[in-house]
Amino acid sequence: MSATMNVTLRIWRQKNRHTKGRFVDYPLSDVSPEQSFLETLDVLNNQLEARGEDPVAFDSDCREGICGTCSLHISGTPHGPMKLTTTCQLHMRSFRSGATITVEPWRARAFPIVKDLIVDRSAFDRIVQSGGFVSVKTGSAPDANSLPVPKANAELAMDAAQCIGCGACVAACKNASAMLFVAAKVSHLALLPQGHAERKERVVKMIARMDQEGFGSCTNLSACEAVCPKGISVNFIARMNREYLRAGLTG
Amino acid sequence: MKLDSKIPSGPIQDKWEKHKFETKLVNPANKRKYRILVVGSGLAGASAAASLGELGYQVDVFTHNDSPRRAHSIAAQGGINASKNYPNDGDSVWRLFYDTVKGGDFRAREANVYRLAQLSGNIIDQCVAQGVPFAREYGGLLDNRSFGGAQVSRTFYARGQTGQQLLLGAYQSLMRQAAAGTVAIHPRTEFLDLVVVDGQARGVITRDLVTGKIERHLGHAVVLATGGYGNVFYLSTNARNCNVTATWRAHKRGAAFANPCFTQIHPTCIPVTGDHQSKLTLMSESLRNDGRVWIPKKKEDRSKDPATIPEGDRDYYLERRYPAFGNLVPRDIASRAAKQACDEGKGVGSSGMSVYLDFAESIQRLGQPVIAERYGNLFEMYERITAENPYQKPMRIYPAVHYTMGGLWVDYNLMSTIPGLFVLGEANFSDHGANRLGASALMQGLCDGYFVAPYTIGGYLASNAFKGVTSEHDAFREAEQAVDGGVKRLLSGRGKRTADDFHRSLGKILWDKCGMARNAAGLTQAIGDIAALRAEFRENVIVPGEGGDLNQALERAGRVGDFLEFAELLCLDALHRDESCGGHFREEHQYEDGEAKRNDEAFAYVAAWEHAGAGKAPILHKEALAFENVHLATRSYK
Ligand SMILES: Cc1cc2nc3c(=O)[nH]c(=O)nc-3n(C[C@H](O)[C@H](O)[C@H](O)COP(=O)(O)OP(=O)(O)OC[C@H]3O[C@@H](n4cnc5c(N)ncnc54)[C@H](O)[C@@H]3O)c2cc1C
Ligand code: FES
Repeated sequence: MSATMNVTLRIWRQKNRHTKGRFVDYPLSDVSPEQSFLETLDVLNNQLEARGEDPVAFDSDCREGICGTCSLHISGTPHGPMKLTTTCQLHMRSFRSGATITVEPWRARAFPIVKDLIVDRSAFDRIVQSGGFVSVKTGSAPDANSLPVPKANAELAMDAAQCIGCGACVAACKNASAMLFVAAKVSHLALLPQGHAERKERVVKMIARMDQEGFGSCTNLSACEAVCPKGISVNFIARMNREYLRAGLTG
Repeated sequence: MKLDSKIPSGPIQDKWEKHKFETKLVNPANKRKYRILVVGSGLAGASAAASLGELGYQVDVFTHNDSPRRAHSIAAQGGINASKNYPNDGDSVWRLFYDTVKGGDFRAREANVYRLAQLSGNIIDQCVAQGVPFAREYGGLLDNRSFGGAQVSRTFYARGQTGQQLLLGAYQSLMRQAAAGTVAIHPRTEFLDLVVVDGQARGVITRDLVTGKIERHLGHAVVLATGGYGNVFYLSTNARNCNVTATWRAHKRGAAFANPCFTQIHPTCIPVTGDHQSKLTLMSESLRNDGRVWIPKKKEDRSKDPATIPEGDRDYYLERRYPAFGNLVPRDIASRAAKQACDEGKGVGSSGMSVYLDFAESIQRLGQPVIAERYGNLFEMYERITAENPYQKPMRIYPAVHYTMGGLWVDYNLMSTIPGLFVLGEANFSDHGANRLGASALMQGLCDGYFVAPYTIGGYLASNAFKGVTSEHDAFREAEQAVDGGVKRLLSGRGKRTADDFHRSLGKILWDKCGMARNAAGLTQAIGDIAALRAEFRENVIVPGEGGDLNQALERAGRVGDFLEFAELLCLDALHRDESCGGHFREEHQYEDGEAKRNDEAFAYVAAWEHAGAGKAPILHKEALAFENVHLATRSYK
């Protein structure tokens, strides 16, 4: 067992979307480097609750980096300092003992704050509703092997389909753009023959909805790719732009 | 209460076709007059809701997640079974059926399992059509891998993220229906009670987790697809918010709870590191395809660097004890063997509570790139959590609570003992008996949701009359008051211990006394300890904050309160089942070599418990199980 650490968590507290928020410092001692960042928040919350104080509200569920529920801007970076790692997979060994760690919610117009560190990401659901699917009814599918898909395409589609919808890309972008999120879904479905029939309509509708939700335009700085816990490549944005052009040209 | 399984007559191959034909249909024009309330948006809930919406029903979906896409199903890694026989290795509907009944140690209902095997192929077709990017071979056709408990390759997978891809497929279909206006989604909304009017399930009471508002919803049928109760053990591989609240509260309204003691402990999880631990991480059991499980033969070697332990001093105990299946024995067997190894003092790691899962031989045989392609993301996950590189050093694994075979009792139509209350996915008890085979939960959830419930719910609606009830009915008022009262009672708690703290204590009782090995004395003690803990919870829990606000302390306390009640039934069921079978291992009943000893004469039945009221002993009902197609035999994987 390695020695324990002391850290100070500087956490954004905000009662709801109508009130003003502020940072509050919480010093914690005896933190194990083996424990995850969210477990550190659990420990803090347990202490707060035992004193009858409101715990820090934050989202998490799977705690294994796949559901996309956890968020958090940690010391200035969405999901904290480790590359390809969600907040729930981050461990205290990534921090120095004695450090002050700033913890904030995602900041974006299209993601209003609900409470403390929780934001409302339902805009993503509405973007998918606008066209992020294949229109196939239950029961109407042909045999799965009737349509071969070249392995390379299937792999590339999977690279895009891995998006967990956490919103880090939006949080990292100066313009709070959702291009990487939308591009991942557009590319996943455009790369597979199953998605071809609705290809043009899909990209046009999803982009329109994205704009309507108040996400900004792409900065071309790739800040999104740098923080994406699944390593989704900005090449998919280029692919989406081509899809969009193509839809316009042949529309 | 009378249990009528409604298994159709006739040969097992024809039952489902016959039943579909005999099931009444709802006139297409009338479908939109029916409202169906679906709780849960995992594979079972999302697939059912999307399919029902496509048929034209009005559907409401409730989930405590902030988006339906984040339901716990998303975390499934390894794959989904189907008897397509694409690899031409001898698979068939019959074999999948046989493997599942046998793997479940002869405690599942044959007719349901057969239907599951029959429909398994359609699931893959459906998912591929939705654009699920399953793994493919170079020719562009689908690839398969093998999984525990089977000697054929029938598992379809999408890297190590099969659950994610299947759920996104179902979620996208659900979103399509939301856009079409047939489905209304209620995220961040918790189901807190079922409303039963004149014996029919007619509504639900929910709490909006953001505003705290308690609401009534009226419908013609209710679907619970709320997942399993593994988190009763506190530490499990389930997502943090998985709970028993929905099924437990429906149980208190009259739904029988079946086989709660059938819980599954998964053999390949990352070991516990300390008291802070909030959940356990599964390493997909597909790893056992290429990884070899071993411990040092000599106790004194257990803290040595594994690389320095020569082959001759290693005990590959699964390969030694089960030469036919080797590292691919079913989960219950692999888990218990690991526990035995550690109990004998040969466990490795600083706590001595883990065994090695070693890839060195496969890496040598196949090369690192092949292993990376198969398991890369799992290896990364392992390294992220443990800071050890499994390409260079064997993984350390230990069993953890993973899945619950028990659940609300349902008949062949997936309807509970409350007419109009349907239960799908992990929340019901139906298909896995006393032990679930790997890659079969995803199959079951989607089978229930896409291909069974849409028919059987229609049959129920078409053959029942519905009174013109409104949500002002007394039953709604009473249920709402009960929920409101419960919330207020929790908030008045001004004790000293947090709900989470109680939950940990509960988990420890269950893991020690009702975990991988159980006995009468331990279970009796656990029942007493749970009652005492529950009494203390009432007096000494502290829940800060208000009800009319987002209050996670309150959410946790509500769930822990239900776990504390449910845990007693779990132990009671384990105590009453005086035999070993599947995941339920009673130390009193084992063969000399430590294998589980079933007692078919006395226990070849489903134990369905009826709630008799607070403080009263639950009433046991038995559904006898007939094995007409797979003959009762001792399970052997040797
Ligand atoms: C780590 C892991 C890996 C796995 N890997 C595999 C695998 O490879 N293959 C396989 O076949 N199986 C696997 N399983 C098992 C499988 O994932 C689950 O059994 C299955 O996904 C359950 O699906 P479900 O739809 O029944 O429930 P869930 O996915 O658990 O969904 C439950 C839903 O109900 C909602 N809910 C619950 N309670 C309430 C409430 N009170 N109010 C409102 N909403 C509520 C939740 O929000 C959620 O939407 C794995 C499980 C785990 C934990
Ligand atoms: S909690 Fe699921 S990704 Fe972090």
